[in-house]
Amino acid sequence: MRPIEHWLYPTPQGLYCEAGDFYIDPPRPVDRALITHGHSDHARSGHAHVLATPETIAIMKVRYGAACAGAFQSAHWGAQQKIGDVTVRFVPAGHILGSAQIVIERGDCRAVISGDYKRASDPTCRPFELVTCDVFVTEATFALPVFRHERGEDEARRLVQSIARNAERTHLLGVYGLGKCQRMIALLRQQGYHDPIWLHGALVGLTALFQDLGIELGDCRPASTATDAELKGALVMCPPSALLDRWSRRMGEDPVRVFASGWMRVRGRARQRGVELPLVVSDHADWPELLNTIVETGAEDVWVTHGREDALVHQLSLMGRRARALDLVGYEDDAE
Amino acid sequence: MRAFAEVLDCLSTTQSRTGKLALLTDYLRSAPDPDRGWALAALTDGLPLRIGFRRILSDLMAERTDPVLFKLSRDFVGDTAETVSLMWPAPESIVEPPRLGEVVDWLLNAKPSEHAAIIATILDRCNVRERWAFLKLIGGAPRVGVSARLAKTAVAQIAGLDVSAVEEVWHALKPPYAELFSWVEGRSERPDPGSVPVFRPMMLAHPVEDADWPTLDPNEFAAEWKWDGIRVQVAAKAGDVRVYSRTGDDISPAFPEIRSAFSHHDVVADGELLVVRQGTVAPFNDLQQRLNRKSVTGKMLREHPAHLRLYDLLFTRGEDIRMLSFDDRRRRLENWHASERPLLTDLSALVEFDTFSELEDLWRGAREAGIEGLMLKRRASPYLAGRPKGHWFKWKRAALTLDCVLMYAQRGSGKRSSLYSDFTFGVWRPREGSNERELVPVGKAYSGFTDAELRDLDRFIRANTTETFGPVRAVVPKLVLEIAFDAVQPSSRHKSGVAMRFPRIHRIRWDKPAEEADTLEATMALIG
Repeated sequence: MRPIEHWLYPTPQGLYCEAGDFYIDPPRPVDRALITHGHSDHARSGHAHVLATPETIAIMKVRYGAACAGAFQSAHWGAQQKIGDVTVRFVPAGHILGSAQIVIERGDCRAVISGDYKRASDPTCRPFELVTCDVFVTEATFALPVFRHERGEDEARRLVQSIARNAERTHLLGVYGLGKCQRMIALLRQQGYHDPIWLHGALVGLTALFQDLGIELGDCRPASTATDAELKGALVMCPPSALLDRWSRRMGEDPVRVFASGWMRVRGRARQRGVELPLVVSDHADWPELLNTIVETGAEDVWVTHGREDALVHQLSLMGRRARALDLVGYEDDAE
Repeated sequence: MRAFAEVLDCLSTTQSRTGKLALLTDYLRSAPDPDRGWALAALTDGLPLRIGFRRILSDLMAERTDPVLFKLSRDFVGDTAETVSLMWPAPESIVEPPRLGEVVDWLLNAKPSEHAAIIATILDRCNVRERWAFLKLIGGAPRVGVSARLAKTAVAQIAGLDVSAVEEVWHALKPPYAELFSWVEGRSERPDPGSVPVFRPMMLAHPVEDADWPTLDPNEFAAEWKWDGIRVQVAAKAGDVRVYSRTGDDISPAFPEIRSAFSHHDVVADGELLVVRQGTVAPFNDLQQRLNRKSVTGKMLREHPAHLRLYDLLFTRGEDIRMLSFDDRRRRLENWHASERPLLTDLSALVEFDTFSELEDLWRGAREAGIEGLMLKRRASPYLAGRPKGHWFKWKRAALTLDCVLMYAQRGSGKRSSLYSDFTFGVWRPREGSNERELVPVGKAYSGFTDAELRDLDRFIRANTTETFGPVRAVVPKLVLEIAFDAVQPSSRHKSGVAMRFPRIHRIRWDKPAEEADTLEATMALIG
């Protein structure tokens, strides 16, 4: 049997499995793509054949249109499937709705491509499922020891308290439109916040999709339909880029700008964006989660994709593991 | 520690002054003594602790973390104390953090050799926000956008007082300021500032407007030059000398020679701090080298010698003469100076004139370095705190103007945070080794426009962006801004080799083609 590096390796088109003739999350159109999750740097349009979880396929269709790939095939959670010379299955990654780790087996060698993942609880998606393996391909978005995320529940409570304290001011919450947005809504509902939540136009479609797929998010409405009186003291959610944009001028003289992201751990990042209430909530694994997960998989080899590879590779070598950076192109290591 | 950490955390991300003030006042009202007093000290003059902060932090981290990871983290975060607070390997279950007063007591009563162990123990007992607040507390200036004056304003607000009431007694007090809180809460008498050289709120001027002239009688006013240094108050008593800035910050450590010059006097004087060489006032830039320092080197003292040009006298030998008229105080100042001859000082001469038109000629002719304009002071006015109307006027010399091209714009903060409101502009110079010209930045302006103009500029910037770097946008160089400024000075810090003093947007020249804007050569010609 040839060593795994000969049948699974990075190429300019993305991570390629030669033994099954497919790419994983390729940044450019290819014939056959396996997609871990719906974020735009992982799921692109224009592939001839796409294999992904049903939720990821639904997300891609909302984002890019029903014809964004030549053909879609649903991967059923946990079901083994033979592709060429390998077997493949999709296992929950806990990152966002539909996000999966892709487990590839050939002979007695097992590789897990984790995509993006987290271990913290998330009411909008299936929890991360641990699969032991020989090769673990991990993200490294928050791979620095300074990153320790707060519990989403605690941060949501801080936001609810701030809304109660500032009855005159609109709270403007910046979130990434897919995943973080709906997770924050669900967390706020768990904390007993049941007022209408007003959404920037860019968040409306995906939020409706989550609701269609049976995720309870309560009363969410487009912000464009709100009167000025309704916006006073209300919670409005928008993509991060709109936090300081002209759009935000509608939110009164002095809105409370809030941003929910793992980057908010670092004060300079919050100040740079004019954020008054930084919430340290992330859909990625933080430093302890990354290390614990890698140890639990028992992988002898760890391949590190996008993010702060240098720190993680260094730490793993201190821990006596073989680790290398894959240097894949096309992923946003700053995204969240 | 918990309440302090919470308020410091909020302060670090709150942008509006009102918001910060409300947070601080709430905290100072509700926190117990001596915790709030130590917090106040940290935000004003600093805690009276001597800790080898940087060395201790690096030793503690070397024992606990990998150096490569620490460096990568430090580079990413950009602040050592914050990096330590984030990386600190805290025990799984955190007990109640220590009280702020306890923390300061431990450190105050410890030997330097014990500091590291105490700091580690405290860090072990705190969560991440508390660790950050604790390290900011003991590490010197917390840099959360709170000036000493804002903190004092918050104390004054507890009693509904003006900040000047707190400033008058401030320098007679010591942390943790129990007397101060007891006074503002009405539980005791006003602390007596009598025995220490304290700051007395200064008297400030209004700009003279065109509409003012007909109401002013030249016989009722004295005129003097407005020098381009920084306004200071020197308070000397029984060998103790303090130099205060206009806002009451104690800047004495940066000016030891002024302190020595006044060490045998008993006086409170108002004047302009300048750098003077062989009787000539140096450009403001020279004085700037001496500001914001905790100590000075012998080289600094030789190369940038400080000098005090006196304007006024507030106290002599313990006598408060602030209620005397300007003319009477001026006589007292002249007599005192003639008999005492303090070193490194002279008097700001009065400018003689009979009519305002005569004065205007003098004002127009004043182009020498160090003169910012003229001051008009009502002869009968007492020395009043703050900026009372109708007593003192400043008549700044006519601004210089240049046509510059808008190059970059940066987002504002607070209410301006959705607008591009900080503008970097440049002038033309020949590009090296070619016949073409290029723009080189010469300054940055934040003011001088109306709200409507700001929206127009914002729209222009968004429509003409060529590149975005974080909060900054580069724009197509095609909009001419007529920039007004007080002076141009040589500067080694700017690529262009010049720096403008007080630049502001005078007019937006939507009509003027960028090619017709001014050149670096024309800008250099204005140095003087």
